[in-house]
Amino acid sequence: MLKAETFYDVIRRQGISRRSFNKFCSLTAASLGLAPSFGSTIAHAMETKPRIPVLWLHGLECTCCSESFIRSAHPLASDVVLSMISLDYDDTIMAASGHQAESILDEIRTTYKGRYLVAVEGNPSIGEDANYCIVGGRPFVDQLKEVAADASAIISWGSCASWGCVQAAKPNPSKAVPVHEVIRDKPIIKVPGCPPIAEVMTGVISYILTFDRLPELDRQGRPKAFYGQRIHDKCYRRPHFDAGQFVEAWDDEGARKGYCLYKLGCRGPTTYNACSTVRWNGGVSFPIQSGHGCIGCSEKDFWDNGPFYARLQQLHPFGIEANADNVGGKVAAVVGGGIAVHAGLTAIQRLTKHKDNTRIRDASQKNEGGGQ
Amino acid sequence: MTATPNGFNLDSSGQRVVVDPVTRIEGHLRLEVNVDDKNVIRNAVSTGAMWRGLEVILKGRDPRDAWAFTERICGVCTGVHALTSVRSVEDSLKIQIPENANTIRNIIHLALYVQDHLVHFYHLHALDWVDVVSALKADPKATSELAQSISPWPKSSPGYFRDLQNRLKRFVESGQLGPFRNGYWGHPAYKLPPEANLMATAHYLEALDFQKEIVKIQTIFGGKNPHPNWLVGGVPCAINLNDSGGVGAINMERLNLVKSIIDQSATFIEQVYIPDLLAVASFYKDWLYGGGLASKSLLSYGEFPMIANDDSNKSLALPRGAIINGKLEEVLPVDLRNPDEIQEFVNHSWFKYGDESKGLHPWDGVTEPNFVLGPQTKGNAKKLEAVDEGAKYSWIKAPRWKGHAMEVGPLARFVVAYMSGHKEVKELVDGALKHLNVPITALFSTLGRTAARGLECAYSARLLTREYDKLIARLKTGDTATANTDLWDPAKWPASSKGVGYCEAPRGALGHWIRIEGGKIANYQAVVPTTWNGSPRDGAGNIGPYEASLLETPMADPKQPLEIIRTIHSFDPCLACSTHVLSPDNVELTKVSTR
Repeated sequence: MLKAETFYDVIRRQGISRRSFNKFCSLTAASLGLAPSFGSTIAHAMETKPRIPVLWLHGLECTCCSESFIRSAHPLASDVVLSMISLDYDDTIMAASGHQAESILDEIRTTYKGRYLVAVEGNPSIGEDANYCIVGGRPFVDQLKEVAADASAIISWGSCASWGCVQAAKPNPSKAVPVHEVIRDKPIIKVPGCPPIAEVMTGVISYILTFDRLPELDRQGRPKAFYGQRIHDKCYRRPHFDAGQFVEAWDDEGARKGYCLYKLGCRGPTTYNACSTVRWNGGVSFPIQSGHGCIGCSEKDFWDNGPFYARLQQLHPFGIEANADNVGGKVAAVVGGGIAVHAGLTAIQRLTKHKDNTRIRDASQKNEGGGQ
Repeated sequence: MTATPNGFNLDSSGQRVVVDPVTRIEGHLRLEVNVDDKNVIRNAVSTGAMWRGLEVILKGRDPRDAWAFTERICGVCTGVHALTSVRSVEDSLKIQIPENANTIRNIIHLALYVQDHLVHFYHLHALDWVDVVSALKADPKATSELAQSISPWPKSSPGYFRDLQNRLKRFVESGQLGPFRNGYWGHPAYKLPPEANLMATAHYLEALDFQKEIVKIQTIFGGKNPHPNWLVGGVPCAINLNDSGGVGAINMERLNLVKSIIDQSATFIEQVYIPDLLAVASFYKDWLYGGGLASKSLLSYGEFPMIANDDSNKSLALPRGAIINGKLEEVLPVDLRNPDEIQEFVNHSWFKYGDESKGLHPWDGVTEPNFVLGPQTKGNAKKLEAVDEGAKYSWIKAPRWKGHAMEVGPLARFVVAYMSGHKEVKELVDGALKHLNVPITALFSTLGRTAARGLECAYSARLLTREYDKLIARLKTGDTATANTDLWDPAKWPASSKGVGYCEAPRGALGHWIRIEGGKIANYQAVVPTTWNGSPRDGAGNIGPYEASLLETPMADPKQPLEIIRTIHSFDPCLACSTHVLSPDNVELTKVSTR
């Protein structure tokens, strides 16, 4: 039997010393509230466990999430795919087609039962008996349910999987629904945006691999670190908003001076995302920096909150912080934070009191209440 | 045996082979073929397997927002629908955009051509020609010699290839093959020696890391990629080279970044993509299957207007035109407004017309979904084993130009340009044919389609440089206008109007037809490249380009459909694009009926 490359092999190859690795494991143990001696247990798990399999499914979508993912500057998508995870199924890039492709889903379900992640791009349709989206000769929603059944957790990439996005805009002719409406018994991490920022996508995956759990999520199921603040809160044009300096028309003097785009419909004040801080494509720019207002693409139902060039009416021009919480999206299902996801740490979990009831248990045990 | 009106013989008596899903494409595609007792394909059926109904969603919305909705038709060729959409609205409302906006749009669009063609070759198509596992057997020193013999690209030392091979070896030995799992490794249709496989695998990874640089051009002008921002009337990014506040607009630093990316991209295309393409092609010169309609019927709407608001062939860098019945020397004019030219049929599509014997021009298009499986279907809607191509079998409509099924894409654009006497295209094509020592007829094949895409990528990188220079030259004159807002206010619009937006997307001819009434979208219809190429049969029995291309291809092993996906990938399918559409009225979407 050939030896699988482990997380330890990978980070060693990337120039991280044994000493740093041990330190990392001790810190991880501490952050999980474990005694220092568990550091060596974690180290053992890291040294011996194979790369976590990821099955990346595609429903009704436009593939912008995959395209965004491969734009990641840190880490590079090639390193994520070759060294961090085992991307065993992704119809956009996989070599195999047809039967050879579909059989992989069964192989992973069986071999890694409860120990793989499902990433979903796009969403299932439940219209026309679900035949608006057919994969392998059957409705996508059936494929999704089957593959999700033995997963440890689900990542809902982008606004399609998270909220429904463009095909779910009124009147939603294909009856497209977000993933959490058909998968109700698994922890789901939503990474919305059309598409999400590349480094946020790889950041979420890296977090899961590094800390062996899902990142802290907000009440809507989004990682707090990236979706905890509005674009407006950190926008470099905010001083112009506060000073009442606005672009009044395209290509006017205000536009050339980089004034605030609020009057041309900018959704920055109501959009929770990291665009004004992380920025796009390795930090080159973001929509507002390039002269167009934010269209709010990471918010639920943003397509139906238009037209895009109509200014937000409910906002006060000043003192916007007062109603910050009122402005954001509606509260969705409550999803707790700190969800451990990697079955490699099963041993530790058994030794640990479940202080946090949102932690996933050993996937071989029945997963109940693991998130929602 | 059935003879189709467009000149193909179909025989469905042999073994049925199904490929579903077809991977390394955008969206969901199913292919079924029948092979004879020698495993040669004698019948082919292409099924678009998704429908999202975007045009239904657009009805009643602000036309100035349509670009954002339609942009989400496709995230791979991101921006092409947005460009086509703003053109359709501007055409409808008679809005003239500034020259700078036209040039910046060309730069954004060309950057996509370069990136999209590169990603297609290495990440969606290469594994049809390159055996990654064979690369493990390569001699790194011989690989280095091979690489250095075809290109001055600096990453070519024996040590570089040895390191990569070791990394690959560890990866394969781990037993976790990730995206390479269950590939067709060792298949007899792979012809490259191990050294060429190792070199191509190295460039697969380099191209994956590099492609993200090219799109930064879209990020600079459009704020993000995928899905940059657009504007009816121009472009949203203002230019400010001199005044205070210039850091909030396109300034010299931004322009320098654009230039630097253009230069790097041109180098990568010239020193990696084109040498690899020619090297790979030289081992497959005798695999000239997959021509299909390429030597018969080709269509291009033309692209890259050199003069703002002018889409005549005087202005277009790549010309508009059509070729039918194999008469290559006769390039016919194309009119997107003529109701008798472009029409869509639904006889074999999961849609319903009042009278399905007639096609509909997109301005009068109707889209009423109607999922019905024919009586010869094997399996059922919950588990489809084989579709019945005698009945409705695809979510793609059948568009026809004057009744002809047409191939679109880089090869169609290049043949139309070549036959129209386009000097630069002619020089590129003739140069490649001479290098490979093959006749011009070699173009009408899977390999020809793949080669045309690469050559067009090189052409696009050159044009990108010229368009950048043109922008700078105009800025020197003091003209910095980027948007025309005279008709921004819907109060100034006519009560009713209609327009058409043309485009050549990387995958081929794309058109959006819009009707605006009372300031809102009354009807919106998109006919996209994969609708043309992935088209099912029409009422007369004409088969589409995918179907035609698969015929006569021998398969080494019907269970390992490498030859099928190789040819289909040469079209660069985009299924999310091809399958949508809408009706002009509030038709109730019908209930499914399966039998």
